[in-house]
Amino acid sequence: MLLSEVAYARPASVDEAIALLAGNDGARALAGGQTLINVMKARVASPEVLVDLADLAELREIGFSSAGLLEIGAMVTYAQLVSSSEVDVARPILARVAATIGDVQVRNRGTVGGNVCVADPTNHLPPLLTVLDATFTVRGEGGERSVGAEDFFKGVYLTEVGEGELLTKVSVPPSKGAGDGFAGVTIGKHGTYIVNATATVSEDGVRIALGCVGAVPVRATAMEEALSGGDLGEDAVRAAAEGLGASLDPPGDVHGSADYRRRLAEVSAVRAVLQAASGTGGQ
Amino acid sequence: MASEPRASRAIEVEINGERYEREVPARRLLVHFLRDDLDLTGTHIGCDTGNCGACTVLLDGDPVKSCMLLAVQADGASLRTIEGLAPNGELTPLQRSFNEHHALQCGYCTPGMLMSATALLERTSSPSEEDVRYALQGNICRCTGYVNIVEAVVAVGEGTSGG
Ligand SMILES: Cc1cc2nc3c(=O)[nH]c(=O)nc-3n(C[C@H](O)[C@H](O)[C@H](O)COP(=O)(O)OP(=O)(O)OC[C@H]3O[C@@H](n4cnc5c(N)ncnc54)[C@H](O)[C@@H]3O)c2cc1C
Repeated sequence: MLLSEVAYARPASVDEAIALLAGNDGARALAGGQTLINVMKARVASPEVLVDLADLAELREIGFSSAGLLEIGAMVTYAQLVSSSEVDVARPILARVAATIGDVQVRNRGTVGGNVCVADPTNHLPPLLTVLDATFTVRGEGGERSVGAEDFFKGVYLTEVGEGELLTKVSVPPSKGAGDGFAGVTIGKHGTYIVNATATVSEDGVRIALGCVGAVPVRATAMEEALSGGDLGEDAVRAAAEGLGASLDPPGDVHGSADYRRRLAEVSAVRAVLQAASGTGGQ
Repeated sequence: MASEPRASRAIEVEINGERYEREVPARRLLVHFLRDDLDLTGTHIGCDTGNCGACTVLLDGDPVKSCMLLAVQADGASLRTIEGLAPNGELTPLQRSFNEHHALQCGYCTPGMLMSATALLERTSSPSEEDVRYALQGNICRCTGYVNIVEAVVAVGEGTSGG
């Protein structure tokens, strides 16, 4: 498929990228292109200017902040997450989940920043980063601000990143003994999720978020509260999940009716919490 | 500003060891650049939606789908396409193994399969069946049912084929 005419720039610094985004009508950041090129083919998006972030080395780094947070640059690819020793030490669930996004080719190009900025309700990282209590750093011409997941994800394909702005990094607290779990049902192995759930169990309690059941990741707060007593045995977790499905208003489509998604939400949440509690994490 | 947005860009890429310099429109997909500008038609266009992997090429050693990349994004990169596997007509062990294991029927997906499997074998010299299936997940074949493809790749690693 031919794309519509578009102009292309490949800035050498973050400031230059922001100036290009702010100074050109219809300008869009181009990260891995694993969503954007496709939506341009389908004419769902028709940016007039693409600002390629490829040369912004500082956005490709994974490191630690002075406060000990794991800092992941927006242009870090899934493949980089999978092989990062910093991720492995601080929050290995990120690598385990990244290893199941799409396929090898998509993981070689797709980025953490693109995954969250596209804010597709079926994407893997938004619910995961919500549960991990990540902060998102957004930079524009007026300066930089950091927001939590609750403020970052605003709707389907809608985030806190405004016109002329860039997400520069995502900061994730290290696990410090917490257990993380991620479970759900996909369309085919490693395919898109029909429903997924992420859970983390730490001394502060249990955090659970669901993906694919709403415009943005949905926290299962009633279930979290029901588990605050500390009993994370299978019976207790199953009991805590009761009523979770009924509290949701998921979409129905060719892959699953709304009712089916309600049911999957409970099953996935139970699996994620049990994984987290056993400290095993992963799929 | 150092980098004004432009509708085209002069790019320099290395493809199968040869350098190419071309002025390309920003909107041109890498797969179209390879096929239409350079006549490297071994790279196939299958679904054109990023799902099937027929257009897989190696970008700085990593498999990528060339229908989801602009040619201008490849500026400065080193690419390998199916034409680069057997430049003098002498097949690689992987290609011979595909032949021996009857790992293709219509052949449309084969260039992409071979590029993904080549990248795997360069990283993991003796991949398990599971490794091969994981590495080829982004490459769809509608003829074979995959069994022979997976066997062909595993056999190269074991040295029992194509040697
Ligand atoms: C076959 C296939 C299967 C897939 N399966 C899955 C899956 O199962 N789960 C999943 O989560 N994803 C899946 N994806 C999507 C993939 O993960 C994409 O990589 C991701 O959605 C977008 O990331 P990207 O880096 O490619 O961003 P791009 O496509 O380059 O950009 C996406 C959007 O984000 C904006 N953007 C990107 N980076 C920034 C930034 N730093 N600041 C501001 N805006 C920015 C862009 O302007 C654009 O609007 C799949 C894709 C394909 C092709």
